[in-house]
Amino acid sequence: MSNYEKLQYYFEFSYVRYAFIVGILIALCSSLLGVTLVLKRFSFIGDGLSHVAFGAMSLATTLPVMIKKYALEWTGENKLSPRMQSVVKWFAELNDMYIVLPVTLICAILLLRTGQNTKIKGDAAVAMISVGSLAIGYLLMNRYPSRANISGDVCSTLFGSTSIITLKTEDVRLCIIMSVVVILTYILFYNKIFAVTFDENFIRASGVKANAYNLLIAVVTALIIVLAMNLVGSLLISALIIFPALSAMRVFKSFRAVIICSAVISVLCAAFGIIYSILYSTPVGSTIVAADLVVFLLFSVISAIAGRRKAG
Amino acid sequence: MSAQMICSNASLGYEGGIVAEKLDFTINKGDYLCILGENGSGKSTLIKAILGLKPQVSGEIKWCGDVKKNEVGYLPQQTVVQKDFPASVREIVRSGCLAKCGLRPFYNKAEKELAESTMKQLEISGLAKRCYRELSGGQQQRVLLARALCATRKMLLLDEPVTGLDPKAQLELYELIAKLNREGITIIMVSHDIVSAVKYASHILHIGGRKQLFFGKKEDYVRSATGKLFIGSEMMENE
Repeated sequence: MSNYEKLQYYFEFSYVRYAFIVGILIALCSSLLGVTLVLKRFSFIGDGLSHVAFGAMSLATTLPVMIKKYALEWTGENKLSPRMQSVVKWFAELNDMYIVLPVTLICAILLLRTGQNTKIKGDAAVAMISVGSLAIGYLLMNRYPSRANISGDVCSTLFGSTSIITLKTEDVRLCIIMSVVVILTYILFYNKIFAVTFDENFIRASGVKANAYNLLIAVVTALIIVLAMNLVGSLLISALIIFPALSAMRVFKSFRAVIICSAVISVLCAAFGIIYSILYSTPVGSTIVAADLVVFLLFSVISAIAGRRKAG
Repeated sequence: MSAQMICSNASLGYEGGIVAEKLDFTINKGDYLCILGENGSGKSTLIKAILGLKPQVSGEIKWCGDVKKNEVGYLPQQTVVQKDFPASVREIVRSGCLAKCGLRPFYNKAEKELAESTMKQLEISGLAKRCYRELSGGQQQRVLLARALCATRKMLLLDEPVTGLDPKAQLELYELIAKLNREGITIIMVSHDIVSAVKYASHILHIGGRKQLFFGKKEDYVRSATGKLFIGSEMMENE
């Protein structure tokens, strides 16, 4: 089979097409906010939140096992009552996102708060929360394994699905809704986000509620991280957020151009990564991030050459 | 002359610590007030109080005449974030209109025109498409000044605007601010450049050692004991 035939074969499956769309949307969303996060010196918050999302994901997957175990110990019997069984079943069938999303959102808001509180400095708080949730996440997965293959579970939460095809249809639907929400929010609040990023004090002095927009940025960041977790896994999310922004900032000079360029880079890299991973069966997340890295290096070289030409 | 802001017996500070107390001064329309004081004398807390970012501990700061709270155009000190910020001059100047937008997502035609005419007024129209981080220090301050003017035409608060500029750019900026003042805009400038303050300002507020050392007309300041002492020590440092 030639590469083209192979692609055609895969794209005949509706879930492959959906996964492709989802991947593109996630890449678009993450690149939009990346510029703001990088410029506000918030990139580390994205990283911290992704670890929180890992912890929450572990909690979500181990919750049914945990409930079952303690219910059995509590009653002292070796079989669950029908009522407990239905509870366990409900938790097992519940989409992980419904647990991961609220937990990550709360942490995003907390992290933003600590930025203003001087008791624990911002970066220390982020470090604390992020390694804390990593540790607890792994602890939970190890202690209450929901499946036999623990290291496989951990690996896919950290580095994303090994194959894009493992995305569930419900995930796809949720992803599309959330990405549309993120993109619309970004467009509607574009000017405000720009002003908050450039100079918080100024707009605060003119009576604009800067904190509300900071909160909005934190919430949208949390949304994006939860979204992107399915695609690239929690360890690589930061790359998806930061690389396109950094690449675009090397070359372009206005905020709007930087945003558009970073969105284009991110979408192209995601499309390339997904197609490549289908053809050569590489892990999706790392392929996309590798593509982003290559583009970043390319743009760095371009800006260096342009800078030299200008100086000379 | 109509008063725009009256600060009566105000104490500023944080919970458990007063930074400056018994501040009593009035700003009239068209004034050029220079706030002097060493680092740590409560200047930045006073700025926050005037901008309405941090309420005073006691006393009163009253807005009257045509100026309301949050109608002060602010020229903050540059932050690290701004130094390598990828934004065009036009984008930054327009962001001064943000408060006028309220919840409306985009700028309307009037606001865009205001940004253009302000850039023209400050002679930076030619830089509109340039990237902010590539401008010289003096040009950057002009951009931020244009942004502040988009927010309001009544009162400007400038926080050490000449810091980091070379002498020529300092002079140009001082002249530009004086010109705006002549056009009727009230100026409040925080500075520790006493020589220029005495040269350009109409009124001086000097704070130090947690209290108000002097408030009044510049001419009186030069003759006052505080003024003589500080101008004298400044001259000696310069020699």
